[in-house]
Amino acid sequence: MATGVQNNQGEILIKNVTKIYDPEGVHVVAMKDCSFDIAAGEFAVIVGPSGCGKTTLLNAIAGFDTITSGEIYLDGELISSRDKQIRPDVERMVVFQNGALFPWKTVMENVIYGPVVQKRMKKREAVDVARRMLHQVGLNGIEDKYPEELSSGVQRRVEILRALINKPKVVMLDEPFRGLDAVAKTVMHEFLMDIFCESPRTMFFITHDLDEAIFLGNKVVIMTTRPAQVKKIVHVNLAWPREHHMLASETYLDLKREVLEAVHEEAKKAFEAGEREMA
Amino acid sequence: MISRLKATVTDPHLLRALTGIFVFVGLWYLFTAVLNLPRFKLIPNPIAVLKDWFSFTPASGRSIFTKVYYLDIAYSVGRTLAAFTLATVLGVTLGLFMGWNRTFYDFAFPVVEILRPMPPLSWIPLAILILPGVEIAVVYVTFIAAFFATVLNTLLGVFSIDKNYFLAARCLGSKPKDVFVNVIVPGSLPFIFTGLQIGMGISWMSLVAGEIIAGKQGLGYAIYEGYFLYQFEHVISYMFTLGILGYMSSAGIRAVGRRLMAWEARRRGA
Repeated sequence: MATGVQNNQGEILIKNVTKIYDPEGVHVVAMKDCSFDIAAGEFAVIVGPSGCGKTTLLNAIAGFDTITSGEIYLDGELISSRDKQIRPDVERMVVFQNGALFPWKTVMENVIYGPVVQKRMKKREAVDVARRMLHQVGLNGIEDKYPEELSSGVQRRVEILRALINKPKVVMLDEPFRGLDAVAKTVMHEFLMDIFCESPRTMFFITHDLDEAIFLGNKVVIMTTRPAQVKKIVHVNLAWPREHHMLASETYLDLKREVLEAVHEEAKKAFEAGEREMA
Repeated sequence: MISRLKATVTDPHLLRALTGIFVFVGLWYLFTAVLNLPRFKLIPNPIAVLKDWFSFTPASGRSIFTKVYYLDIAYSVGRTLAAFTLATVLGVTLGLFMGWNRTFYDFAFPVVEILRPMPPLSWIPLAILILPGVEIAVVYVTFIAAFFATVLNTLLGVFSIDKNYFLAARCLGSKPKDVFVNVIVPGSLPFIFTGLQIGMGISWMSLVAGEIIAGKQGLGYAIYEGYFLYQFEHVISYMFTLGILGYMSSAGIRAVGRRLMAWEARRRGA
């Protein structure tokens, strides 16, 4: 994509992270002693029961929220701990669950926003880059449209481009394709795959969709129910670029069984915990 | 061309609108000219009002062919415009800053909330005592209610902005001033324009009341004068004049809003 150069940056170390939410004295341990790593340029997919603190991690890495204890490092630099909350920055871009393209800006204005506001590029220059990026992924002719005039699938792609034009070390996506229909999702997966293969960078991708997780990820991190820890890490040794016929391969089905079992166990626990809370 | 004209004439919305007006004027005529209801004895019927309004030699000395009519309009429009402009500039600014800065909000909000519900007319004594000249006092009374409506709506506008836009803006490398310009201002525009429309309505109301109590010229003053002089035709024609001016100013605000918020209009499929 933008440069096509892999820069070996974006290694994330998550060490014994604990997060306790304490609104009005209700002590909720969202995450306890959670540790795992994401190598530079790795596509990590995080799955787990709802409310298990996946977004907690994302918020800490992005600099939106603090953690109660533990440490998170990005390329060896401490970015989050009990006493430290890093500021949000272009090196750690977030693509939001419900989409956060500015509705009052056109597609072009949205995509060039980052480089222009950071004064990294002149507006003209940014427009050229943005046009090239849009063209490359087949999104021509929508530059002057407002986001709400576009389908949600196109909106998501534009939002991902808006993130990528900044060449971040890490891209974090919080269930970005939730609510899209199956066909649109397939298009999105191919889009993300193309982008990732062209210029691999660290991805932190949260989803509930296990097929999506295996199809996209190098590594699927399965979280336990609250308090969240890593239940299992499944390495996906399918060839790149991923293609849809792989979804029917033996390897894929084995992987899926493995992931499914782990997730199902946790889902059951989460459900029983829910029942107990209700009682 | 002709088919378009035909479509306009037979448009059900237009037909209903015309029917509504017709029924209204008809009832008015019925009460004042036909039934002669006891409490309506002194009220002129629509034809008498129109005759006076469009007369070269109006009994009241005020019609569309007299200079004084336009002088009255000019005074009232001038006061409203001055008050409304001031209310918009100060109200939007204050509202945006209250929404932007939590500390400032803490300081300002209680004061705003105590002053806001005070009826504009209750300000008249203080306005006359403090401000130099009755003219400025009338403008102040016109200003004050519109001002608070604008502040409150602007503030609500800022609060209505999805939190994710702020987070996204920060991720993309915005400094606080960039967030202000690119998120807070455009994000609150729809609410601001609602506030401006409300503010404009309140401005006209307070203006007429202010002119009646403290004015020397203007539509409100003339209406009150007409009441004392038993010139009820011109009381009513001036009321309609106010209605038309109010409608035009609202339409003007809406037009400006549509231009500034193309993204909103297109969302609604307009």
